Amino acid sequence: MFLWVLGVGLGCSPRPAGGPPILGKGSDTMVNLAQAWAEAYAVAQPGVQVEVSGGGSGVGIAALIRGSADLANSSRDLKPAEAKSAHTATGMAPREYIVGYDALGIYVHRDNPLEAVTFEQLRELFAVDGRITKWSELGVRIPGSRHDEIVRVGRQSSGGTFEFLRHRVLNDRDFRLGTLELNGSKEVVELIANTPTAIGYSGMGFVVPGVKLLRVAERAGDEAVAPTPEATVSGRYPIARTLLVYALGEPRPEVRGYLEWILSDAGQSWVPASGFVPVPMERRQPAGRLLEVDR
Amino acid sequence: MKPRSLLPSRWRSRWIRCSETLIEAWIRISGFSSVFLVLAILFFIFREAFPVLSRPGFSLTEFLGSVEWYPTSAQRVRYGALGLLVGTASVTGVSLLISVPAGLGAAIFLSEFCTGRTRETLKVVIELLAAIPSVVWGFIGLTVMSQVLRWATPAAVGVNLLNGALILSLMSLPVIVSLTEDALRSVPDAHREAAEALGATRWQLTWRVLLPGARHGILAAVLLGTGRAVGETMAVLMATGNAVNLPTSLLDPVRTLTANIAAELGEAPAGSEHYRVLFLTGVLLFGITLVINLLAEWLVRGGRKGR
Repeated sequence: MFLWVLGVGLGCSPRPAGGPPILGKGSDTMVNLAQAWAEAYAVAQPGVQVEVSGGGSGVGIAALIRGSADLANSSRDLKPAEAKSAHTATGMAPREYIVGYDALGIYVHRDNPLEAVTFEQLRELFAVDGRITKWSELGVRIPGSRHDEIVRVGRQSSGGTFEFLRHRVLNDRDFRLGTLELNGSKEVVELIANTPTAIGYSGMGFVVPGVKLLRVAERAGDEAVAPTPEATVSGRYPIARTLLVYALGEPRPEVRGYLEWILSDAGQSWVPASGFVPVPMERRQPAGRLLEVDR
Repeated sequence: MKPRSLLPSRWRSRWIRCSETLIEAWIRISGFSSVFLVLAILFFIFREAFPVLSRPGFSLTEFLGSVEWYPTSAQRVRYGALGLLVGTASVTGVSLLISVPAGLGAAIFLSEFCTGRTRETLKVVIELLAAIPSVVWGFIGLTVMSQVLRWATPAAVGVNLLNGALILSLMSLPVIVSLTEDALRSVPDAHREAAEALGATRWQLTWRVLLPGARHGILAAVLLGTGRAVGETMAVLMATGNAVNLPTSLLDPVRTLTANIAAELGEAPAGSEHYRVLFLTGVLLFGITLVINLLAEWLVRGGRKGR
């Protein structure tokens, strides 16, 4: 909410006049990054104004369909129905740009001997019908701690990170009550750094000295993969998703210029600063990809 | 030097009369506008909350009797606010257990046992406590207090009920100290003199004369401190761990009504069921603070009548 206020505040501040401002709306996961891009672009291209707000991926896509936004930031793929209604409403097919990757890291305290987890174990840990509540049940003894009880840490229930983990790992089952829900990615990691018996999830870019990231396997027999940028981009790390920006048809020149800048080295240098993984050079598509709409 | 007016006296008196009316009107508008604003806020909260009561999926018994708070569940949305209610009650209760004795002690010391520069310095420092913003308190809870608690207690995690209660008690302390001190000072000096003339020690004077004499003011101070604690948001959000939980020990993480609203309202789509239920928890909170404030008001008035 604070960021929203900040975004609005910055949006209202006087800037040199250019064409109509580029309006970006959508994912709360991406709102920090989008804001950083908008501010940096104001320096790189003082003639073009970019205004950014959050609200959620769905909100951004709805605004794009209504025509009240030029760009929709989304941390999920556009649904075929949404592409269709965009086409019906505007006569243009949506154009998709991959602007980064988000990988969720499973964090534990540095002293925790655990190295890898499976989705099954994460479900048993975090889901409402899960059975694992003690570290000994995972065969782990935390050195230097009197406690065996697992402290579960996560994000507040309405954020994109929360929903992503719930959907991808818990198969849409509810989280167990008593999970500490913090209101920031950094807070999650810092709390784990101070709490030897904690386990939690947060963006993989927030590593601090007191914590370590676990390797993750989707199924018990699979090789557990460490959350590295390479594994994220290639899709081998199982808790990762693409960060997308949607526009419509052939965007106007200012919007095109902005998206080309986002996918340049200058634009991509802001991605790691927000805790995400940049798009590697060979995968960048500065012109985007026009989606096919079935009629 | 005698002030001289440029206007003839006839004009001056009219000007004075006119400005007097204006100032009176201004003061009256200010007074009424505060009443109007409170009523408007009330109306707004109730209007946002009430439509949810008639929704088919919502049950008031579940709201007040269940711990299961799953406002965004993909399976079945449930709004059980009992955990939040217990969270607010427990954090506030424990904080009062700490802040009331400490606050009374500090106020008695300030008003009866210390003079001159010490007194002035202490008063300034205590009032400074009130000037610290609540996010800063929350930050202290999250970083400093949580480390202290993990070192000093067998807590598994440093952000918990006790942490929130300690932070809250520090925050409500200035209210309790200043108001209690005022109450003690307003005990007539004749009572003090009479007690001293009868040979009472200072301790007897405080315990037998001043505290009973100021009891209504002290109760009001405690209740206003409670109101401060119940309504506090940011600090408890950061210090309590924000986990929906029926606490079984002082060292369990909890979530309060206020923290829940702060964490979730920003992301709940306006007009949705989740949004309305959050406003309903606001109504609940409003009810709690209203009862506390009315109680304080009633006690203060009782005190005046008694004297």
